[in-house]
Amino acid sequence: MRHLKKLAAMTAVALTFGLSGTAGAADSIVVSNWDGYMPGDMMEQFKAATGVDGEVSLHATNEEIMGKLTAGGGAGYDVVFVSSPYVEALRNLDLLAPIDAEKVPNLKNLYPEAQDLAYDPGNQYSVPYAWGTTGLCYRADLVSDEVDSWNDLLAPSDDLAGKITMLSTERWLMAAGLLAKGYSVNDTDPAHIEEVRDLLIDAKGNLLAYDDTTFYSKLVSGEAVLVHAWDGWCNYGIAENGDIKFVVPNEGSDLWVDTMVVMKSSENKDAAYAFINFVLDPANHAWVAENILYKVPNQAAMDQVGGALAESYPNMGMTPAQLMDMELMRDLGNAQKDYTRASTEIMAAQ
Amino acid sequence: MQTSRLQTAVLIGPGLGWLALLMVVPCGLVFVLSFFERGVYGGIDYVFNFGNFARAIDPLYLNIFFKSARIAGLAALIALLIAYPAAYAISRAPRRHQTPLLFLAILPFWSNYLIRTYAWIVLLNREGFLNQGFELLGYQGEPINMLYNDGAVVLGLVYNYVPFVILAIYSSITRLDPEIWEASQDLGATRFRTFYRVILPQTVPGIAAGLVFVFVLSIGNFITPDLLGGGRVQMVGNLIYDQFLTARDWPFGAALSFVLIGIMMVLLFLQAVLANRAQGGGRG
Repeated sequence: MRHLKKLAAMTAVALTFGLSGTAGAADSIVVSNWDGYMPGDMMEQFKAATGVDGEVSLHATNEEIMGKLTAGGGAGYDVVFVSSPYVEALRNLDLLAPIDAEKVPNLKNLYPEAQDLAYDPGNQYSVPYAWGTTGLCYRADLVSDEVDSWNDLLAPSDDLAGKITMLSTERWLMAAGLLAKGYSVNDTDPAHIEEVRDLLIDAKGNLLAYDDTTFYSKLVSGEAVLVHAWDGWCNYGIAENGDIKFVVPNEGSDLWVDTMVVMKSSENKDAAYAFINFVLDPANHAWVAENILYKVPNQAAMDQVGGALAESYPNMGMTPAQLMDMELMRDLGNAQKDYTRASTEIMAAQ
Repeated sequence: MQTSRLQTAVLIGPGLGWLALLMVVPCGLVFVLSFFERGVYGGIDYVFNFGNFARAIDPLYLNIFFKSARIAGLAALIALLIAYPAAYAISRAPRRHQTPLLFLAILPFWSNYLIRTYAWIVLLNREGFLNQGFELLGYQGEPINMLYNDGAVVLGLVYNYVPFVILAIYSSITRLDPEIWEASQDLGATRFRTFYRVILPQTVPGIAAGLVFVFVLSIGNFITPDLLGGGRVQMVGNLIYDQFLTARDWPFGAALSFVLIGIMMVLLFLQAVLANRAQGGGRG
């Protein structure tokens, strides 16, 4: 998911300072998504189906698109892909347009669970696009002991030390420590945050690197044997090497939901709803799942392709009920600052 | 020919306007930003305070400044040691060979910085070409970790900036009057003494320019530490980058930028003083 294409982000520095294009034409929309997070021909198909031109803009991280949206009041974007905690943030900033359910009839295709997620019950301001969890992705042929705990990542045995990567995106970096300590992934207690920060600083010594983008290729090459990974991206490794496995640690993990939202500033909301409706079409959403190898919360789509995908990629077979056992990642409000600070300190520690 | 005031104004205007618009104004904005606070969702709360600067000199971040300075300083020094002999050799080569040799020195710039840096990953990683080579040569142990540490970052910086240093020193050597070599030797100095007492002191401006160049480019660099340091080696450039793009703490990022700008200004000032003194000495 969070395609941390830092290179793209670099050039975006300038853009985040408030320069944003305007989409004026009646029948065109601007969609911002992570790079590689939807099929490449999506916009052509959308144009063929509806006659609406769609322009894709890419963001590398949730943080980056948040920067652009807050700086420009959302101007220049119609549909934006963001993760669930940021739906709440954008909602609090009053930047989102409500989803007009009448114009998105395909909402009915979503699993019942996906229609009642705590950050936005009833899909009033956001529509789930993909969902999943975070866990450990490893080379079963190169690790001697069973991998089943967050502590395998944070306090590894000698044969794993130096061959581990972790995510550095702050919510997931912190989640690994919080879960290992038995805390909530949304814990806001400053004492817990400090404790987790210290734990993660200690863990840094055993890492090969922090990696949010190419960890699966490090597993394939054997450079790393255990990586902290989002389920879908582990699948990219599994596709190349059958010895790569994904496991949700026994302490549990988070449920993340990547969503589509419509900006309040959009001048073409009908086309924006049409795009979301187009994505939710069972055949289209199934094509998304096959393409990005992440679970989609679309029952009709998963009924079509879920079984076949799960044969090659076991984590594609996780049911909504199993996902609901994970802890939904929420917006932290003011405590977000503490998380940011802690992760900055972890990255800065020697 | 005397240039009129108008001519001067017309000639200097575009350059000055460029600097004012794209350098002074943005820096001013960043400076102002550094006195405010980050909002809950990454915006800016306009509460005037010095908290960001107080935080920037916290030992944790000061350490990153020191570490960055150490890495950048080491890179500058190694680059100088590699570049000086090369520049000296080029400048003493037959004139018709000099242009092709300089051309070779800057040839790497024809490919993208990122690709050149990625190439080092391919060479150095645990399963990379070097480790495979060692294995072919009979090395039996665990693959050697050469990537994702300070050394790899220094290597990447040196590799990328050596050509600049060669150019700086080459231009400073070729500016010397060729007769001073003869004069020195006629007066009985050995080759080493000629170099050490006559040539080297007069190329100090080139050395200073090369060193400062590598240092300044290195200390603010964030791509090389990110790729070759694997995110484990943080330099001040990464810290600033993260404040703007991931932490969304623009005010703190702004304060860090200003501390860095301060350090660079001191260095550039020192270099200017050094260059000035060397020139003054030449005239006297």
